[in-house]
Amino acid sequence: MSIKISETLKFECETGNYHTFCPISCVAWLYQKIEDSFFLVVGTKTCGYFLQNALGVMIFAEPRYAMAELEEGDISAQLNDYEELKRLCIQIKKDRNPSVIIWIGTCTTEIIKMDLEGMAPKLETEIEIPIVVARANGLDYAFTQGEDTVLAAMAHRCPEQKIEIEKKEKIDDKSIQEIFDFLPLKTKEKTNKSFNLKNKIPLVLFGSLPSTVASQLSLELKRQSIHVSGWLPAQRYTDLPTLGEKVYVCGINPFLSRTATTLMRRRKCKLIGAPFPIGPDGTRAWIEKICSVFNIEPQGLEEREQQIWESLKNYLNLVRGKSVFFMGDNLLEISLARFLIRCGMIVYEIGIPYMDKRYQAAELTLLQETCKKMCIPMPRIVEKPDNYNQIQRMRELQPDLAITGMAHANPLEARGINTKWSVEFTFAQIHGFTNAKDVLELVTRPLRRNNNLENLGWTNLIKIQKG
Amino acid sequence: MKLAYWMYAGPAHIGTLRVASSFKNVHAIMHAPLGDDYFNVMRSMLERERDFTPVTASIVDRHVLARGSQEKVVDNITRKDKQERPDLIVLTPTCTSSILQEDLQNFVDRASMSSDSDVILADVNHYRVNELQAADRTLEQVVRYYLEKARRQGNLNISLTDKPSANIIGIFTLGFHNQHDCRELKRLLQDLGIIINQIIPEGGFVENLQELPKAWFNLIPYREVGLMTALYLEKEFGMPYISTTPMGVVDIANCIRQIQKQINIWSPILLGKKFDFEPYIDEQTRFISQAAWFSRSIDCQNLTGKKAVVFGDATHAASITKILACEMGIRISCTGTYCKHDEEWFREQVQNFCDEILITDDHTEVGDMIARVEPSAIFGTQMERHIGKRLDIPCGVISSPVHIQNFPLGYRPFLGYEGTNQIADLVYNSFTLGMEDHLLEIFGGHDTKEVITKSLSTDTDLTWNSESQLELNKIPGFVRGKIKRNTEKFARKNNITKITVEVMYAAKEHLSA
Repeated sequence: MSIKISETLKFECETGNYHTFCPISCVAWLYQKIEDSFFLVVGTKTCGYFLQNALGVMIFAEPRYAMAELEEGDISAQLNDYEELKRLCIQIKKDRNPSVIIWIGTCTTEIIKMDLEGMAPKLETEIEIPIVVARANGLDYAFTQGEDTVLAAMAHRCPEQKIEIEKKEKIDDKSIQEIFDFLPLKTKEKTNKSFNLKNKIPLVLFGSLPSTVASQLSLELKRQSIHVSGWLPAQRYTDLPTLGEKVYVCGINPFLSRTATTLMRRRKCKLIGAPFPIGPDGTRAWIEKICSVFNIEPQGLEEREQQIWESLKNYLNLVRGKSVFFMGDNLLEISLARFLIRCGMIVYEIGIPYMDKRYQAAELTLLQETCKKMCIPMPRIVEKPDNYNQIQRMRELQPDLAITGMAHANPLEARGINTKWSVEFTFAQIHGFTNAKDVLELVTRPLRRNNNLENLGWTNLIKIQKG
Repeated sequence: MKLAYWMYAGPAHIGTLRVASSFKNVHAIMHAPLGDDYFNVMRSMLERERDFTPVTASIVDRHVLARGSQEKVVDNITRKDKQERPDLIVLTPTCTSSILQEDLQNFVDRASMSSDSDVILADVNHYRVNELQAADRTLEQVVRYYLEKARRQGNLNISLTDKPSANIIGIFTLGFHNQHDCRELKRLLQDLGIIINQIIPEGGFVENLQELPKAWFNLIPYREVGLMTALYLEKEFGMPYISTTPMGVVDIANCIRQIQKQINIWSPILLGKKFDFEPYIDEQTRFISQAAWFSRSIDCQNLTGKKAVVFGDATHAASITKILACEMGIRISCTGTYCKHDEEWFREQVQNFCDEILITDDHTEVGDMIARVEPSAIFGTQMERHIGKRLDIPCGVISSPVHIQNFPLGYRPFLGYEGTNQIADLVYNSFTLGMEDHLLEIFGGHDTKEVITKSLSTDTDLTWNSESQLELNKIPGFVRGKIKRNTEKFARKNNITKITVEVMYAAKEHLSA
């Protein structure tokens, strides 16, 4: 064990030769989330093959996504991009009649410089369906960042909060009152109502969550008498939340930095920088931060957190003192590591594709505090990791658990290292108090499985240990 | 542009990677953007591979787009050379990187000067060939590279082995039941007294490729991959090849007879004797394989004239069509393949055994055809299995593209005499399941007693408000009943009569505590 673990958060950057999913995979969960959408991935056979294999059975359920597969004629510009896309979009409109078509730009459209953003508005007016363009390509982004690009593009489509119009409405009301003075009661009610709405600070949460998890989080905030005025994305494209200068926004996932930037800079919203509601500690910190912005004294949060920790006892006994190594591929790593450290685990390394220190600032602070509180050395944070080097480090450290992509999971298991497939964290319900258990359920699964197999004497299942 | 949801054959680089990673101690480096190394996941998951897949990516990112790869590819090659010491490094372009039109050959030339490994550039056009064609091409390229190298160095030994011997060409990773087929072929050749000279690419070392010409003949079990190599070896070294797929009793016999003919050219001279495999074929056909007996038994009689549809790669679709039609008396309404490049051969093989031939790589066309024909069973790929599910028609999977269940741990060859047994089971099970289903439908199911209520809850004392009802409806159907029961149990226990969303989640937390 010669690798020294440092005392402060240490950031490193490696070669970027790591395995992750292509960001176009975000269509898999976003098309399910946004019920009236259609995702069109403009790319090559490679993109299609990835989606087909990565999403397995979903492919056969008549999904609301498809490939616009580029052929040699498209690449060499023998065909007209606009006409081609128009043809496909008309077909999609005819077959599915979605409320929005989302074009996912890929590496190929980047390289041949296909002007998707330029074509979309023109085609939009021609076929009368909104077209949103998101460049979720592997040249710039990793895995979950795909969702970030889609939500950032969608933020532009959210209706403007109509404070001006409300005022006008009131004036209209007055004039109505003047004309129809036999209707005083009703108008009075109306003005009162708009007054109340104005007083209430609108809060929009961003990040795609299964609707049950979204309502759990809304409910937690409601307990603190905070009303969530909308979600980006909503269940339907037609229900996108209103945004504007007075609107507060807060992220629920660590990979949404572009969306956050767009909301702040382009839509003038106020961003609440909080840790993310993953694990009971994170959820509490998240609610507390929102409360503090709204000048509300949080009620009964501490007890609630304590109660959840109590309920996790059995899992905590399993994980306490065990070590974890995050190879890094989905940007949830910091939050998960923070939660696991609070659970009593030791984290050797947090690999992460991309680290936005500003957007994740509160989360990083909480990580640091948690390490101090638990008297555990700070883990090293490795941005753009190199999988080959990581495997060498893992060979020395022999962690109890490696959280890794599927490309490495089976080979590591064969070498006696317990692994948990990282992609499951993006598909499982992990947010809020209610789902803290699910995170530990995932983390402990390999440990529990191996408790059962431990005495069989076949942990190492490869013939020659190379090098 | 083409609107596509699904494809039968993958992109070209997958074929190249499948060949490269099948060889031992060969490393492939993809010139690709982040996320294109999905091949590693497939190999690790589908094949349940214990070793790290010898494929890494030299990442094409924004910087590469702006300034070119410059030293990056060369560095990655030399680095891999130091780390793993492979015999060969194959640089593999992808659809994306091939549009960049960088001079990859130049990188390869430079890298090969500074590394101990041989380095080659996979020579495939990503917009013209698919996975299978690329695999065929790459295998030929690797074989050609090493034979020419050996010839240059004067190491080439083209004298035949003393005993009759064969190369098996085209067994590789992620192939449909390839591992099992390989074992079965080895057994078959061993039974015939033929030595296996080399099996490529699976498990072969590139250093041994120079031994290829020592075999008496080449056996190409699957036409998709290996034919180009066989043609090259025939042209350069006069090596004969046999490309009859030994699948089904009839074709196994054909294949063995061709082998006999080949080795009897040399064996009277070299060994002073002639081989006669007829007794072996007869014994195996009538008594070892159960398939011939099966087709005679009354079980199989019931299948006579039943309609089936076959679809898959050229090799499997053609062989299965012939087996169903000639060996089992099943009527093939339509047979087809997605190997459009091999259309001519396919038509010639199956034209007398089916009513209709369909050559397409569009799965909706296949689906429409199946819906129109309404066969009693389908024999196709995973896609056809799903079409069958939707139409309530049983399906036996006979060809890639495949899913993890098509990589069974048990011994399931499709080739050779054991293969005939496996195929007979597959066919028979598909049809009887269909028939059983049909009977059940007529007689109204196994269990005709009606279950009065599936949920334990009664709606008398508890009310769900509209929000909680809405919330309940969001929960996936298969757990909804359970959640409802648990919530109501919790509510009763706590003397709650009105169920709100809060109660629902309180119940969930309570239960998980």
